[in-house]
Amino acid sequence: MEFLSYLITGISLGSIYAIIALGYTMVYGIAKMLNFAHGDVIMVGGYVSFYVTIFAGNNLLGEDPSALATGAVALVSVLLAMAVCTVLGVVIEGLAYRPLRQAGSLAVLITAIGVSYFLQNAAQLLFGANPKNFTPIVSGQLTLFGGQLRISYVALLTIVACVVIMLGLTAFTGKSRMGKAMRACSEDRGAAQLMGINVNATISMTFAIGSALAAVAGVLLCSYSPVLQPTTGSMPGIKAFTAAVFGGIGSIPGAFLGGLLLGIIEALAQAYISTQLSNSILFAVLIVVLLVKPSGLLGKYVPEKV
Amino acid sequence: MGPILKVDNINVYYGAIHAIKGISFEVNAGEIVTLIGANGAGKSTTLQTVSGLLHSRTGSIEFLGESLMGIPAHKVVSKGLAQVPEGRRVFLQMTVEENLEMGAYTRSGSGIDADLEKVYTYFPRLMERRRQIAGTLSGGEQQMLAMGRALMSRPKLLMLDEPSMGLAPILVEQIFEIIRTLHRAGTTILLVEQNAQAALAIADRGYVLETGKIVTAGTGAELLASPEIKKAYLGG
Repeated sequence: MEFLSYLITGISLGSIYAIIALGYTMVYGIAKMLNFAHGDVIMVGGYVSFYVTIFAGNNLLGEDPSALATGAVALVSVLLAMAVCTVLGVVIEGLAYRPLRQAGSLAVLITAIGVSYFLQNAAQLLFGANPKNFTPIVSGQLTLFGGQLRISYVALLTIVACVVIMLGLTAFTGKSRMGKAMRACSEDRGAAQLMGINVNATISMTFAIGSALAAVAGVLLCSYSPVLQPTTGSMPGIKAFTAAVFGGIGSIPGAFLGGLLLGIIEALAQAYISTQLSNSILFAVLIVVLLVKPSGLLGKYVPEKV
Repeated sequence: MGPILKVDNINVYYGAIHAIKGISFEVNAGEIVTLIGANGAGKSTTLQTVSGLLHSRTGSIEFLGESLMGIPAHKVVSKGLAQVPEGRRVFLQMTVEENLEMGAYTRSGSGIDADLEKVYTYFPRLMERRRQIAGTLSGGEQQMLAMGRALMSRPKLLMLDEPSMGLAPILVEQIFEIIRTLHRAGTTILLVEQNAQAALAIADRGYVLETGKIVTAGTGAELLASPEIKKAYLGG
């Protein structure tokens, strides 16, 4: 029963990584760049949700708000966080990355790191360096087996959100016109242009989707571990990037699988081996997997015909 | 009918390299026009400039009376100009049918399904493999897919870049047969080929490129009969 509890914690943590990793992997697949500022967009999402909730608590909700009212505030805070992050993502892409479309990948990488620090410092200036105490968007827990197994509603919500997002993205890229255009761009930008696909608009769209997902991840992450500060997004961002590589970067099911496995490994390593060593164990597993399968778990091998 | 494509004095550079040095040519409605020449003569560069992937520093490109200068590639397709790129460049991880759908990306409406059927009648192999990932097709099938994909935009001018490259002789014959069929059905064709013999045999007119310039022009028959062309490009 203890094991099951750790496993569920791991799946829930992994779901957060997976949602972040989906953003990484989509941007990588289509824009062919590592957006290291992605983790910091998560942090911005967290702050937006935090301030919306505070504002509503002070101005809109009474002394003893009903569950429905708090739920509505939580939902609105998530939606606003998504809206702000979507705009932020598109602006970052347009101002920082688009001018470098023809530049070498190293220039883009350094710019992404610069954007990451810019966001962290801007957040410090705007919101202060002191950690905020984030109120989880849902509270309470499910008690099973006569109290032997407790699962928080946040964990359940996280897992459900991740599965819904994963299925939604799969359907979007598989069936929709825009999604297919994204896949075409990811394979061959020149050929996509010859089809009449506006590559810049497609890349913008990818950043919009990835950043909206980052906002969701931000709210879920802060609900899971309720300390919000300007560096909140860095470590989960790096782990999610690891998850994306682990699963096979560019692959949507890969990011999902990589995220989940990473979360489970982390939770089990913390529970059974050592809390201090859990990150080392995590990255050791990554290194072993990449040694055996350099393209990641679900990385695609494409046969090329001459 | 007058020219539907009129290219006048274009100059294209790759960084410091002057790849196209003042090329002018035209394509009339209903013609097959071919650009022939050795590797590196600038044939592909010329096509890519017309389709907007590259840009000329000078001169003009007019298609159906409208200037294409400075227009990005993704806006050129909907004007009725489709390019089958060198090396086919089909989307290998997408299915055959998805590739064809991408060809009709700028279109909407009911005509798309009818055109899909039409492409499948031109290329029955593609029909058999419509659900297959394009990466699993043979080279010849990928060439057919690239051509079908371009046709899905309903082009008024179809530009083909080295369609016979890397194909077995029997497939080359098939591809040229299809080009003739498309032409009979009313498609105007601009064909870039290293296989000068085959290209000139089906072309109304041809231009010979050498190091970024047009050195000779004439009807297909004239060029085929010319002793210099024979010596330089036809192996004898």
